Amino acid sequence: MKIMPCPLNGPRNIAEFVCGGEVKAMPHPSQAGDAEWADYLFLEDNTLGFVTEWWLHVASGYWFIAERHTASNEIIRTYPASELFSQRVEFQENNE
Amino acid sequence: MSDSTRLPAPAGSLIDRSATRTFTFEGRQYTGYAGDTIASALLANGVNVLSRSFKYHRPRGPLVFNGQDTNCFLQVGSTPNVRADRAPLTEGLNATPQNVFGSLRFDFGSAVGLLAPFLPVGFYYKAFYKPRGAWRFWEPVIRRMAGLGKLDHDARPAYRDKAYRFADTVVIGAGPAGLAAALEASSHGASVMLVEAGPRLGGSLNYARFMVERDRVVTARDELVAAVEADPNIEVLTDAACTGWFDDNWLAVMLEERLLKVRAKSVVIASGSIEQPMVFRNNDLPGVMLGSAAQRLMREYAIQPGRRAVVATANSDGYGVALDLLDHGVEVAAVVDLRAVPPDCELSRAVAERGVRIITGHTPYEALPAGGKRGIRGVVIDALGHGSGLVAGQPQTIDCDLLCTSIGYTPAGQLVCHSGGALAYDEKLAMLTIEQLPGDTAAAAGSVNTVFNLYAVFEDGRHAGWSAARAAGLAVGAEPGREHESDAGTQNHPWPIFPHPKGKDFIDFDEDLQVKDILHAIEDGYDDLDLVKRYSTVVMGPSQGRYSALNTLRVATRATGRELHGARVTTQRPPFEPETINNLAGRAFQPVKYTPMHQRHVDAGAELISAGAWLRPAYYGDRDQVAAAIEREARAIREGVGLIDVSTLGKIEIRGPDAAEFLNRVYTFAYVKQPIGKTRYLLMTEASGAITDDGVACRLAEDHFYVTATTGGVDAVYRNMMRLNAEWCLQIDITNVTGAWAAVNLAGPESRKVLEKLTDDIDCSSEGFPYLFYREGHVAGVPARLARVGFVGELGYEIHVPAGYGEHLWDAILAAGADHGIRPVGVEAQRLLRLEKGHLIVGQDTDGLTTPHEAGMAWAVAGKKPFFVGKRAVEVLARGPLTRQLAGFELPAGSPVPQECNIVVRGEEITGRVTSAAASPTLNKVIGLAYVAPDQSEPGTTIQIKLSDGRLLPAKIVTAPFYDPDSERQAL
Repeated sequence: MKIMPCPLNGPRNIAEFVCGGEVKAMPHPSQAGDAEWADYLFLEDNTLGFVTEWWLHVASGYWFIAERHTASNEIIRTYPASELFSQRVEFQENNE
Repeated sequence: MSDSTRLPAPAGSLIDRSATRTFTFEGRQYTGYAGDTIASALLANGVNVLSRSFKYHRPRGPLVFNGQDTNCFLQVGSTPNVRADRAPLTEGLNATPQNVFGSLRFDFGSAVGLLAPFLPVGFYYKAFYKPRGAWRFWEPVIRRMAGLGKLDHDARPAYRDKAYRFADTVVIGAGPAGLAAALEASSHGASVMLVEAGPRLGGSLNYARFMVERDRVVTARDELVAAVEADPNIEVLTDAACTGWFDDNWLAVMLEERLLKVRAKSVVIASGSIEQPMVFRNNDLPGVMLGSAAQRLMREYAIQPGRRAVVATANSDGYGVALDLLDHGVEVAAVVDLRAVPPDCELSRAVAERGVRIITGHTPYEALPAGGKRGIRGVVIDALGHGSGLVAGQPQTIDCDLLCTSIGYTPAGQLVCHSGGALAYDEKLAMLTIEQLPGDTAAAAGSVNTVFNLYAVFEDGRHAGWSAARAAGLAVGAEPGREHESDAGTQNHPWPIFPHPKGKDFIDFDEDLQVKDILHAIEDGYDDLDLVKRYSTVVMGPSQGRYSALNTLRVATRATGRELHGARVTTQRPPFEPETINNLAGRAFQPVKYTPMHQRHVDAGAELISAGAWLRPAYYGDRDQVAAAIEREARAIREGVGLIDVSTLGKIEIRGPDAAEFLNRVYTFAYVKQPIGKTRYLLMTEASGAITDDGVACRLAEDHFYVTATTGGVDAVYRNMMRLNAEWCLQIDITNVTGAWAAVNLAGPESRKVLEKLTDDIDCSSEGFPYLFYREGHVAGVPARLARVGFVGELGYEIHVPAGYGEHLWDAILAAGADHGIRPVGVEAQRLLRLEKGHLIVGQDTDGLTTPHEAGMAWAVAGKKPFFVGKRAVEVLARGPLTRQLAGFELPAGSPVPQECNIVVRGEEITGRVTSAAASPTLNKVIGLAYVAPDQSEPGTTIQIKLSDGRLLPAKIVTAPFYDPDSERQAL
């Protein structure tokens, strides 16, 4: 069984984790066209090579980022999501 | 048994002549010794035919005698396919042959051999599939003919626990290289696990000759084994087969009754090499065997494999075999060396000095069968011709009853291929070599690493041990040097394959495949090695290509005109050795969650059903009066008061200044303006707009929500929330508190009176605690969170208390409600009651595509919010026409109750399906929810439901809720 180096829990068996898919930017939810939105929702690049993915350590509920090769399955780096996401994400003013 | 059949000691290193073992084979009683395998005991008793071959039912005896091929498969008691050359002989054991009609001596199935010309490769595919349906007739016949062993259908199930183990370094194989590697790794402080498939340490040191003065081999073995056994850092496992090598050095090690899952920092593979058979006519007869098999029989079991032998060889090891035969009293008629000019070596000189005739530049071409093909009476040899696999046509016959072959090896390197390594053919060495190891924490040593000279093997082992200790992160000194040359390249004959015009030149003994079968497969168009394998079944038998892959690779590669150098064998997959399914299955492990009130339900006679990982009461009462129980419980809530354990509800705390903003983003409804002390419905959609969960949000404070989720959905909801906020960075804390709280739904027109008895600090009046409000206080003396909810459509309270108080709360409420006829109510009645109210259950009345609009939940979507997960998709879908609509239907009382997923039809068209249906005692009719076409959803429309028995049932679409349409009762 593969070992995933979790940034919070250290090296653990891969069975303790689930993959949350590639990190990808969401288009503007109201300004993007339907085609662009459908592409974001349903189409994956299916990259051969290194991809940046969300991974969850299930037992601790901890999401982090892993860079993994899709063919060799080699994990080259894992790090907290805060390295990519440190700014509060805002949508429009919302008072409802 | 007369001991005269055994060789005198020191031959027989594994047997204990002071302890006899009596056993039965084919109904006859025999005697062997402790330490014998079943097969060695049979051979000692003169039984040299152990099985019949798979296809032609030819007699088969010991060929490799290494526990890896079908020749020694027997049925032992109720266990089929026991490898008799590995399984220890036990007192009273009862073995029977497999794949035999009649007896081993007279197998009627061997008549198949006469039909051999009509059984070409791929004949199953060609012969038995036409006309259509023919296979159904032939399959049982063929399965009976080709069966291997019998399963005992009365076998008792048993579980065997697995064990999880860790080591710095795992060394696979305890031959000379493995022993040296283990000692070296340990000397650097590594904790070592030494895994040996055989019953004892030493590997080839136990049986092979290596040199004229074999005493030196014995001394070396004894010293190494003593050092390993005395080393506290080395854990020795014998009879332990490493069957798989997975990512990051995760190894499967199969013991007799246990599977070990081992994680190692580094791995040394020292699994040795596998001696390869020659291909010539009748090379499968009993009496033809590998040189190493003869050596094992003599040295380990004191069995003389024959009286007059011919040794065919192409390396120095064959001369070692000849010396061993001479030393154990076997006459050696000749050594037939395939090489025209064998290089001078110590062993061949010694053989020549013993007066043995050495015939160079010759090969065995045909073994001559003795009576009934149960042995051989001689061998036809011939001079090698011009070109691989050709003979010159100058046959001569040598009388013998034993033919030993030693023409080369293949590395036992299959394991390296399991996790990314590779084996490829090296034309210079004429053998497969490890082309690539699985990563830099792996090392190979000894003959698997194509190092054969014994002193070079020791050095190679030490080097691998050093490198494994270093890979395990230990401080190691300077790299150990090497003084001895490996003699790689002198072991293998490049083409020990001599097809015969009359065939029976077997290339795969498990599957009875001859050279021409491989060629025919290629002629039939299967010109890739992997296709040849699947079409012909070559290398697919129990020995998994150990004795056939190399020669198949040579024949198939040449026949397809490809380059042999660099060619790879077919994909190697785990397991490397047969695995006992029992050991793999282990213990059934299905964890179940109990609610805090579980014991009360059991005591009250509840029938329990699974709800996700939880067990919940379905109903309370006898199994043969289910309908009555459900009706009784439903009436309690409609007419009096009932108590439902809802502890399995998901519960999540959202705290922080952005709590309301967060709910606004993950649920469809609006929460920023939700007043403190009130509840609000929650509906969750995924990005595609489909409904994924629902629940209730209670606002405890400006910055604090307590939200519920469905029993089965809460884990996914919690994960999803954590994932989204990792990206959004809102100031909130999310905690899944599902197990921390017990919860009940106290419902029915009398529920207020019951609650009032149990609380001093909550105003239970309809003004003080109205519908959809939230209160905190004490119930039955314990702190509680309360919400007025309406899921079952009556006045009701959801009461949450810390889980430890769950039983106390349950008991207190039932006691307080006794005067009001309170009843515990199960899930079945709860589902009926909510259906009467037309409330959907996410996952039952919705599927993976249901949108809020289809489900009639558009009222729960706050359209003005700038964002919620799924908003864009819900809007896009809402612009187009609906394709289906969830609607209520009813049938007159006494109608059949449709089943979930019964379809709704209109002529030939399927317009929808039933999602929920039940007979309602309160309404005295059958009610349900179904997806229907949008134009069928108007109340008053008649739809046709196709029942499971095919009948069409007309049903009337009505407006839900079916019961109390103005929802006055729950708001009391």
